Amino acid sequence: MSAQFLIGLLLASPLVGFLINGPRFRSKNAVLAGTIATSAAGVSFICSLVLFAQLLGLAPDQRSLEALFFTWIPVGALKVQAGFVVDQISAIMILIITGVGTLIHLFSIGYMSHDERPAKYFAYLNLFLFNMLILVLGDNLLMTFVGWEGVGLCSYLLIGFWFTDAQKAAAGMKAFIVNRIGDAGFLIGLFLLFFSFGTLDYSELSALVPQLAETSWLGPITLACLFLFIGATGKSAQIPLYVWLPDAMAGPTPVSALIHAATMVTAGVYLIVRMSALFMIAPYAMEVIAWTGALTALFAATIGMTQWDIKKILAYSTVSQLGFMFLAVGVGAFHAAMFHLMTHAFFKALMFLGSGSVIHSMNEEQDVRKMGGLAKVMPITHLTFFLGWLAIIGMPPFAGFFSKDEILAYAFFSPQGSPFLWAIGALAAVFTAFYMTRLMALTFWGKPRYGSEVHPHESPLTMTIPLMVLGFLSVVGGWIGIPHVIGAVLPGHPENHLLNWLKPMITNADLGHPSVLIEWGLMGFAVALAGIAAYVAYDFYVSHKDRPAKFAQSLGPVHGVVENKYYVDEGYFAFIVNPLIEGSKALWLYVDVNFIDKITYLATDLAQGLADFVKTLQNGKTQQYALYMTLGLVVVITYALMGS
Amino acid sequence: MLVADRLLHITAEHYLALSAILFSFGMVAVMMRRNVIVMLMGIELMLNAVNLSFIVFARELGSLDGQIMVFFVMTIAAAEAGVGLALAVAIYKKFKELNIRYFEKLKG
Repeated sequence: MSAQFLIGLLLASPLVGFLINGPRFRSKNAVLAGTIATSAAGVSFICSLVLFAQLLGLAPDQRSLEALFFTWIPVGALKVQAGFVVDQISAIMILIITGVGTLIHLFSIGYMSHDERPAKYFAYLNLFLFNMLILVLGDNLLMTFVGWEGVGLCSYLLIGFWFTDAQKAAAGMKAFIVNRIGDAGFLIGLFLLFFSFGTLDYSELSALVPQLAETSWLGPITLACLFLFIGATGKSAQIPLYVWLPDAMAGPTPVSALIHAATMVTAGVYLIVRMSALFMIAPYAMEVIAWTGALTALFAATIGMTQWDIKKILAYSTVSQLGFMFLAVGVGAFHAAMFHLMTHAFFKALMFLGSGSVIHSMNEEQDVRKMGGLAKVMPITHLTFFLGWLAIIGMPPFAGFFSKDEILAYAFFSPQGSPFLWAIGALAAVFTAFYMTRLMALTFWGKPRYGSEVHPHESPLTMTIPLMVLGFLSVVGGWIGIPHVIGAVLPGHPENHLLNWLKPMITNADLGHPSVLIEWGLMGFAVALAGIAAYVAYDFYVSHKDRPAKFAQSLGPVHGVVENKYYVDEGYFAFIVNPLIEGSKALWLYVDVNFIDKITYLATDLAQGLADFVKTLQNGKTQQYALYMTLGLVVVITYALMGS
Repeated sequence: MLVADRLLHITAEHYLALSAILFSFGMVAVMMRRNVIVMLMGIELMLNAVNLSFIVFARELGSLDGQIMVFFVMTIAAAEAGVGLALAVAIYKKFKELNIRYFEKLKG
C-alpha cells in the first residue's frame, strides 16, 4: 500500500470516528460509541504499525514516507503544503499516540459506562487523536501548529467535559488561556523563523543549518528557539506555565492519561526534538531549556510529595517527568528525551488508568487519605500499578530506569550539561521515588481507611486489559534503548536500538568519552538514593504513620509553603491576573465608557440637535412654506442682480 | 404711436412696475391671509402679474414667444384654480371653515 494511502487512512480514521460520534452526541450508549471510537483508533494503530514496518524496510538514511495532499497556503514566498511525513521521529510518536490511544479508548468504555454523554466524550477523544496525529506528522511548522491548536481545543473540551461543575469548567478555561500564552510564543517563533529563513518546512530548515552560526543572545535563531520553547512550556507544562496541568485533572481520568500524560503534553518535547538541528546551534536557548527543565523536575516533585489527591500527585509527577525530558533536550540528548517520552507514556498512562480504575471503584473518591489496603480487592490494578511504580522510580530493569539514567548521564557528561544539572535531576528522581511510594502506600498498602459504604471492586476486563498491556510495556519498554555502558556488560551486548534508529534524524550532543566508572557510579548512586527514598516513604506511610506529621512539623513553615504549591497560583493571581482584570476594568470605565462612548454620544447629540432644528422648519404650515419660497426667490434674485 | 402714449408717456417700465406691484400684492395675500379662497385669489393675481410682464416683453422685443407663454400660463392657472377650489371645498365640507391651517389635517 502506498504511503499516501496509509497516512491518509491513519489521519482519516479518527476523524471519521469523530464525525460518526459527534452528531449522535446525545446517545447514552457507551458501548456502541466506545466501540466506534476504539475501532477508529485501532485502525490508526494498524496503519502506524504498517508504516513503521515499511520504514524498517528502508535504508537508515532514507527512512521517510511522505504524503502531500494539497497546497494549503500559496501566498507569495509562503507556500505551505498540507504535507505529512513519517520518519524516525514521527513514527515513534504515532506508535505511541495510536497505541496508547487505542488502549485508553478501550479503557474509557468501562470508565464512562455510567456517564450521561459517552458519545460526546468519545467524539472529542477521536478528534483529539486526529489533531495529535496532524501535530506530529505535519512536515512544516504551520501544519504542526494546526495540530497544536487542535489538541489545545480538545484538551479544553475534555477538561471541562463535566462543565456543569463550575470548578471543572474553570479548569478547562485555565488550561486554554495558559496555553494561549504559550501559543503566542510559538507563533512569534514561527514568524521569526519565516522572517529569517523564508521557510517553515522542517527539512528545508534543517538543510539550512550547516550554513548558519549563532553567537549572541539576540540572534534570530536563539530568539526563535526561545519563543518556540515558550510555546513548548505552555503545552508541556513547564515553569512558568505549568499551572494549568494540575487543574486539568478535573477531566475524566482516561483523558488525563491520554492527553495530560502520554501524548499532548509531550508535544513541546517533540517540537524541540524535531527542530534539534536548529536548537543545537543556539546554545543559549539550550541552556535556558536545560535549566528550566531541571528546575521544573525538582519543583514539581517537591509539590507532588505533599498532595493528597491521587490525580494531583500524578499530575505533578507528569510535570516533573516532562521537566526531565526538557533537561534531556537542553543538554543535547534528544534521543534520551524521545526515549523518556516513550517510557513515560507507558508508565504514566498506566498509572493514570490505574488511578482511574481506583477512582471508579471508590465511587469517584480521589483523596488518598480515604483509600488504603486496595491491593487485596483490586489485585490486577495493584499489580500493574506496582510495575508502573517500579518503572517511574527508576528501578532496573524497568522502563524508567534506562531512560532516566540516560538523561542523568547526559546531564552530567554533555558539553551543555553540568554536575549541578545532574544533581538537580538526581534530587528530583529521589523525590519522585518518595512521592510515588507514598502514593502506592496510601492507596494500595496498609489498612483500609474508607468507610463501610464504599465497596471497592476490581474493574471490568475492558479496563484491566489496557492496564496489563501498559504494565507489560512499562517493564520491557526500556529495553530498546539500553545505554551503551550497560549493554557492554550484558550477555549478547544489546545495542541502543533507539539511538541507532533516531541517529539520522537528530543531532545529539557529542559526549566525547565519558568515564565508564563514573557513569556506573552515578547510576548506582541514583538507584540507591531512589531505593532509600522509597524505603523511607514506605516506612513513613505504612510502618510508622505518625512520622510524616512529625517530620512535616519539624520542617516548620517550609512544609506549608510546599503543600500550598509554593503559592504560585496565588502569586499569579495577585501579580498578573488580578492586576490585568483591574486594569481592564479601569480601561473599560475610563477609556471606553467615559471617553470613547462620550465622543460617540457627542456626535449623536449634535446630529440630533441639528435634526431637532431642521424639524421645526418642516411643520406642515403651508404659509410658512410659501414664506421659504419667497425668501429663496429673494435670495436668488438678489444674487442675480448683484452678479450682473 | 397711440394718443394715450403721447399724452401720458406710458413706457414698458410702467407696465413692469405694475406687474411687480400686482405680484407683491398676490404674494402678500398668499402669505398673510388665512382664507383659502383669498389665497387662491392671491395666486391668481401673481400669475396674471407674470402674464402682464410676459406681454410687455413680447411687445418690446417684437416676439410672439411671450404671448404664447401667456396662453400656457392661463391654461395652467385654470387647472390650478380647479384643483385649489376642490381642496377648498374639501376643507369646508370637513371643518365648516376655510382656514388654511386645516390643510395639514387633510393628509392620511
